[in-house]
Amino acid sequence: MSKMKIATVWLDGCSGCHMSMFDMDEKLIDILEKVDLVYSPLVDAKEFPEGVDVTVIEGGVGSEEDKHMLELIRARTHMLVSYGDCAVTGNVPSLRNRFSVDDLIKRSYIENVSAHGDGGGNVPGDAVPRLLPVERPLHEVVRVDVFIPGCPPRPGLTYFMLKELLEGRMPDLKEKTRFGL
Amino acid sequence: MPDKIVISPVTRVEGHSKITIQLGSDGTVVDAHLHITQFRGFEKFCEGRPYYEMPYIVARICGICPVSHSLASAKACDAIWGVKVPYAGDLLRRVMHLAQFVQSHALSFFHLSSPDFLMGMDADPAERNLAGVIRKYPDIARDGISLRSYGQQVIERLGGKRVHPSEIVPGGVISPLSEEDREWVLAGIPPALQIAERTLGWFKQSIEEHREEIRTFGNFPTLFLGHVRDRGSLALYDGLLRFIDASGKIIHDDIEPQHYERWIGEMVDTESYLKSPYFKPLGHAEGIYRVGPLARFNVADRCSTATANREFVEFKALERGAVHSSFFYHYARLIEIIYALERMEQLLNDPGIMNSHVRAFASPNNTEGIGVSEAPRGTLIHHYKVDENGLITWVDLIIATGHNNLAMNRGVLQVAKHFIRGDKIEEGALNRIEAVIRAFDPCLSCSTHAVGASNYLIQLIGPDGEVLHSVNR
Repeated sequence: MSKMKIATVWLDGCSGCHMSMFDMDEKLIDILEKVDLVYSPLVDAKEFPEGVDVTVIEGGVGSEEDKHMLELIRARTHMLVSYGDCAVTGNVPSLRNRFSVDDLIKRSYIENVSAHGDGGGNVPGDAVPRLLPVERPLHEVVRVDVFIPGCPPRPGLTYFMLKELLEGRMPDLKEKTRFGL
Repeated sequence: MPDKIVISPVTRVEGHSKITIQLGSDGTVVDAHLHITQFRGFEKFCEGRPYYEMPYIVARICGICPVSHSLASAKACDAIWGVKVPYAGDLLRRVMHLAQFVQSHALSFFHLSSPDFLMGMDADPAERNLAGVIRKYPDIARDGISLRSYGQQVIERLGGKRVHPSEIVPGGVISPLSEEDREWVLAGIPPALQIAERTLGWFKQSIEEHREEIRTFGNFPTLFLGHVRDRGSLALYDGLLRFIDASGKIIHDDIEPQHYERWIGEMVDTESYLKSPYFKPLGHAEGIYRVGPLARFNVADRCSTATANREFVEFKALERGAVHSSFFYHYARLIEIIYALERMEQLLNDPGIMNSHVRAFASPNNTEGIGVSEAPRGTLIHHYKVDENGLITWVDLIIATGHNNLAMNRGVLQVAKHFIRGDKIEEGALNRIEAVIRAFDPCLSCSTHAVGASNYLIQLIGPDGEVLHSVNR
């Protein structure tokens, strides 16, 4: 039997959820031996592949690029896991939603700088993706199969979730976690 | 398993950062640019929040070094209060910070970079990752996982959880240390030190094989910035800032961190969300400097612990004056792990650490506070202003990776010039372009208060502006 294809993706988050996956410690070896990690910040895959069994996504949707990527992932993934509070609720990145994108950019790139490079006085806009007007959780953009809350989710919970998915079961999280943990 | 997978038309999949390489009319590389492509806006959206929430909110800038952000933030809040942190609280903050250096440096070295050293820069990309290292060098992989785990478990013991611990607060920390935790942390130091020394041993032996990388990986003169204490000792948590020039000569010493604005300017360019700090007296063209382990070793005169200092002396002998090759960031990083472990042991053996008075209390006595510290990747600056109710009115953040932006760009250009010939990027060259960035251990998440690190779009652009070759990663 071929190994399950797993992907992990980091959208608009802090990487703390990926750190929590690494925090499985030695169990990480156990997982990596059982799966093909086909796309992840940890591997050199060049493009999100087709036919991925499980994709675990950290972070919310903040830019046009995030949105595009998420839609592509959804189309190529059987089981999509919204992993951590940013993906599930928008969490800290969505604190920006009470400000306009212009105000965010103005603070960082006009008020809090002392010099401008070529083109002087401009803000980032060339060769970088545009921010969406508001930060959104994943399920407002695509269908999500499994929600794992936490900032970040605890490593034990992550291992349980992956083991269940690897064995073809939908993880039952009722006794394992709740919002606010 | 899926009954059917719908594949949408494939368009270019961009990652979080990209690199463009400009070719001249004769086919040689003339310029290169690293574009960081995500932005979150912490400097604005913290406005209106109570100052005491800041250590928790800003921890979410980065899950790799949340302790550094919490600490720099708490130090800014200490300054808003105008209090001195009680002795035991100060030591506990330091222990958590050192534990974070251990885990973050272990992550950078083992999980992200070791595949380049162990499998080879030109190895099959499908194998050149942690899973490949686990298969081929299981003992080394276990060493890395175990070392990182130790650092994370110390943070969990003292801070409540591994990522985004909640014990660091204005005025100190919440809970005193228990005897059980003290013993647990101390017991873990000797085995962790063994791993660190063993790793440094094989890394030093492998250096010979990386002559080409040492020569070309961001190997150029710049200024360097870092903290020192006791007039020249390596410092990770506090101290005074020191700038040295490319020859290793001190150009400005004893800079009070809260005066950073006199020395550091921030430049913005339109093609990246990452700003470029520079040494103000020289302007943004000349004021390029580096921070992080290599810079800290260049600015310091000694380490205050025995084994680390022996290694430090050997490191300093690599070059007369400052060590310029960014490849040696890895080397300095490994020695810093040893220093962090030895220093933790000193702090935990200080009887004062068991005192139950770990936090001072006050109200805002100042409307402005600046907190500065070394993070694993370099100098970290948090600067807040509050109103009379203690609500944040203004935030400026200068993050370690930002300081290195100008140097990373120049490093990419150097590698590209050396390894790219013609209008196509070979796999080995591609990996080296990424590896030079990896040497800086950039935390793109931190740096733009954003992002994912390992996705790149690399474009080779011809003299007329057309894209000749592009690679997604």
